[in-house]
Amino acid sequence: MIYFDNSATTKPYKEAVDSFVKVSSEFFGNPSSLHGLGVQAEKLLTQARTQVASLLAVKPTEIYFTSGGTESNNLAIKGSAILHKNKGKHLILSSIEHPSVRGSMEQLKKLGFEITYLPTDHHGRVKVEDVKASIQKNTILVSVMQVNNEVGTIQPIKEIGELLSQYPNILFHVDAVQAVGKVPLNLMENRVDLSSISAHKFHGLKGTGSLFIREGVRLDPLLSGGNQEWKIRSGTENVAGAVAMAKALRMTIGNSDLGLERMSRVKTLLREELSRIDGLTINTPLENSAPHILNFSIRGVKAEVLIHTLEQKGIYLSTTSACSSKKQLPSQTLLAMGVPDDLADSAFRISLSYDNNEDEAQKVIVAIEEGAKQLRKVMN
Amino acid sequence: MNYDRILIRYGEISTKGRNRKKFVDKLRKSVRIALAPFPKIKIRAERDRMYVLVNGENVQEIIKSLKNIFGIQSLSPAIRVEKDIEQMKEAALSLVKSLYTEGQTFKISPKRSDKSFGLDTSGINHTFGGHILGNIPGIKVDVKNPDINLKIEVLAEAIYMSCENILGAGGLPVGSSGKAMLMLSGGIDSPVAGYFTMKRGVEIEAVHFFSPPYTSERSKEKVIDLAKKLAEIFGSMKLHIVPFTTIQQTIKEQIPENYSMTTTRRFMLRITDEIRKKQEALAIITGDNLGQVASQTLESMYAINEVTNTPILRPLLTMDKNDIIKIAKEIDTYDISIRPFEDCCTIFVPSSPKTKPKREKVMHYESFHDFDSLIQEAVQNTETLTIRPDSKQSSEFEDLF
Repeated sequence: MIYFDNSATTKPYKEAVDSFVKVSSEFFGNPSSLHGLGVQAEKLLTQARTQVASLLAVKPTEIYFTSGGTESNNLAIKGSAILHKNKGKHLILSSIEHPSVRGSMEQLKKLGFEITYLPTDHHGRVKVEDVKASIQKNTILVSVMQVNNEVGTIQPIKEIGELLSQYPNILFHVDAVQAVGKVPLNLMENRVDLSSISAHKFHGLKGTGSLFIREGVRLDPLLSGGNQEWKIRSGTENVAGAVAMAKALRMTIGNSDLGLERMSRVKTLLREELSRIDGLTINTPLENSAPHILNFSIRGVKAEVLIHTLEQKGIYLSTTSACSSKKQLPSQTLLAMGVPDDLADSAFRISLSYDNNEDEAQKVIVAIEEGAKQLRKVMN
Repeated sequence: MNYDRILIRYGEISTKGRNRKKFVDKLRKSVRIALAPFPKIKIRAERDRMYVLVNGENVQEIIKSLKNIFGIQSLSPAIRVEKDIEQMKEAALSLVKSLYTEGQTFKISPKRSDKSFGLDTSGINHTFGGHILGNIPGIKVDVKNPDINLKIEVLAEAIYMSCENILGAGGLPVGSSGKAMLMLSGGIDSPVAGYFTMKRGVEIEAVHFFSPPYTSERSKEKVIDLAKKLAEIFGSMKLHIVPFTTIQQTIKEQIPENYSMTTTRRFMLRITDEIRKKQEALAIITGDNLGQVASQTLESMYAINEVTNTPILRPLLTMDKNDIIKIAKEIDTYDISIRPFEDCCTIFVPSSPKTKPKREKVMHYESFHDFDSLIQEAVQNTETLTIRPDSKQSSEFEDLF
């Protein structure tokens, strides 16, 4: 099996699964219970939080565990919009955000908020000038993802953060789900107020993630109940998931020096070889893109069919993002970049992990070339 | 050009005459403990100042750690240059450039300890000021209120240049003023009292009274977490946990309710004093704050203090609660202190404790029972833990993380 769909999800580290199983079966107490089992669970949760915080270079009190990227994005956006609506009701987001960001914003629009979509250039990158031009007196939130999940473009987070430091009333949310382990987050230096991460994108388990909330930033909770996570996220804590996430994050960051080097080599090889294939266009920009994502289109080839052809050879990649591929809509990101409809319709995404190697890449290149040739023959 | 060292100025230590060497040694120890996460650094302590040689470690992170150390008045990231005018010019320019933003002003503050150096102070001003003016278009000189103050120090062995002066935590190096026992309850005040005393150079050991099952494991955890915070200052700290259940139960049976609090406090003080003797400490620190609760009126202190003539230090005595809370937040103990677990003081609290207890009365009530043996027993069964800051604590769950 060659698994090249790591932006959809990654295979969990065995060590992370082991931690999850051990905590679930041996330390199953509720962290809120008064007795010793509760104390033990609470200690585990605290240690997980401290570890995640230190790996992200923030304070433990700034890490709130959630059920994953989607919840973190919803909490960051709706939670801040609802609490700060009296300061203003204008929100800004890029036009290439994940559906959980876009959807949260659209829902708020129905409640009377005004939203502005930032355009991108043909690399899929937001321009800081556009952010500046979109800011109004009543703007309360800007949300821009760090690494786009469909083409891998790295957004100018540092520059937007610098701009926003002149606007103390505007919160800055960064969806960093695709960035962890691939590009440095630099939450403090980049003046980020809120940032979402998800464990299953870095070999942790599904159903666990966290939201960074900068000290002093306030949100309304979305879930009401037992006031866990400092009242921001009620619900009995997923201690085992949090511990597994802390472990996966430690391993990911620990492996990142060698991993990133290998990843870049594999990506470069794929890029060079694939671009030689007739009718194939690379959509991922050469500069300032994350090392793990390569998006390309093949003229005249129906993406879904090629995906299934490759699957028969044990090769797994995806059309666009896992979230939009089921809807069979062309990728929002590619359309925002100005890629023509027919090419956007036949787009593929390869997404790597540290474990993928050049051998696998060679096999995939050959399989794509053969598959495309064959399909063109049949379909034209 | 990157900073290669951090210059540490001592402040008060410099006035300590013949004890100076002892103070500098203590400070050096504090610095070494705080900078343990940076293995490549080197510390060079001299009579008037200390240098941390960075050796490639992260300068900003090191400065962050140094800012919490008592005994440091101020610090400056600096570079060392040979006594070569061209090298010096280049270094001065690159330092100012790295900080300069458009429209800013600068001045040069030379200090020439090595009088044999070729340029005198006005020569230094002229040479390097001119070089900077000629190479950074738009920069102006302002000797009264400059944005950038480039210090050039000419010492016998080399030249040091620095632009930033960062305020340190002040105070005296921990351990330079002897040792005292801190009564650590788990509330907001006592950790702050400990912090202030440590700031004056006192090494502390904490004493906590634990009354299971009336108080839970969690309240003990809370105190351990507070101790971990305080331990960051010195690298480690002893925490004595006194089993207090029997005494509290006996007090409840033997002493009239409105005097039980006074007696409880007297016994806590006696026990702490016994532990102090064993540990060879010289004083007892409490978080007492005048008038805050019934045990902290002058009348109560008079009745409670009678059990010992060991100095009782009450650094918070005259502070306002809001100011105490502010410090607790700054030293990161506030969030731990407000965790809602019972401690031994809150659980047996009488409904209307005497705010003006009489010394004679409390002695009279205590005379009907042999409390001395209970107190000795509590001292003997005291559990002593050595607490290290969180980062150094080896974890029971290590393999899970």
